Amino acid sequence: MEGQDYMPGTASLLEEIDKKILVVLRDGRTLIGFLRSVDQFANLVLHRTIERIYVGKQYGDIPRGIFVVRGENVELLGEIDLKNEGNLPLEEVSVENILQAQRLEQQKKQDEQKKQYKKLLERGLQPHAERTADEFT
Amino acid sequence: MLFYSFFKSLVGKDVVVELKNDLSICGTLHSVDQFLNIKLTEITVTDPDKYPHMLSVKNCFIRGSVVRYVQLPADECDTQLLQDAARKEAAQSKQ
Repeated sequence: MEGQDYMPGTASLLEEIDKKILVVLRDGRTLIGFLRSVDQFANLVLHRTIERIYVGKQYGDIPRGIFVVRGENVELLGEIDLKNEGNLPLEEVSVENILQAQRLEQQKKQDEQKKQYKKLLERGLQPHAERTADEFT
Repeated sequence: MLFYSFFKSLVGKDVVVELKNDLSICGTLHSVDQFLNIKLTEITVTDPDKYPHMLSVKNCFIRGSVVRYVQLPADECDTQLLQDAARKEAAQSKQ
C-alpha cells in the first residue's frame, strides 16, 4: 500500500490538490471546494466548501467552511473548469427556496417509493434492499 | 493485480463507467491505480437523467469501490490473453 503516491501513470489525487473540485457523495450530496489534502483511502480535506443543492433547473449554495470527508463516502470527484463555471444553464436561487423545493421533491419521491413497495408486496416480492457498505480498504 | 494491469493496458481508450448509484459516465481512461480507482478525461453524459449537474467538470476521479461496471468495446480487449493471465494467477495463488 506504500509508495503508490509517486508511481507515474497511476490515478493519483495529488494532482488535484489546491484545485477547485466538485465531490459527489454516496448520499447524493454535492460539495464544491478547494482540495487541500488526500490520503490512500481518498479521505479529503476541502477548504471553502459549499454544499450545492440541485432541484430541476435551479440550484442553491450553502457555505460550509472546512470539510473532512471520509473516503468511503466519496462517489466521484471532478475538477471544475473555471472557464465555463460561470455560465451554467441553471438558475441560482436563495437557500430557503432551494431547501423548500428539495423538500417537495423528496416528498414526491417518498410517495412514489411507497407506491412501488406496495405493488411489490402485493406480488409477493421483497422491496429493494439498501446498498450495503463494502469496505475493501 | 491482474485487472490493474488490464486497465493500464486500456489507458487512452474510451470507456463507459457505470457506478453503483446508477450514474453512467463516458470518457477517456486517463489512469488507474491498485484500488482500481479510475481517472477519466473529456467526460460526457450517457444517461442525462441519472447524471448530477457536473456541467463544468471535464475530468473526474472515480473511487474504485463505487464502480459497478466498466464498459469497453469488444475489439479493445483480448479475451484469450485475459484467460491465460487469469489461469496463471490462479496457478500462482495455488502454490
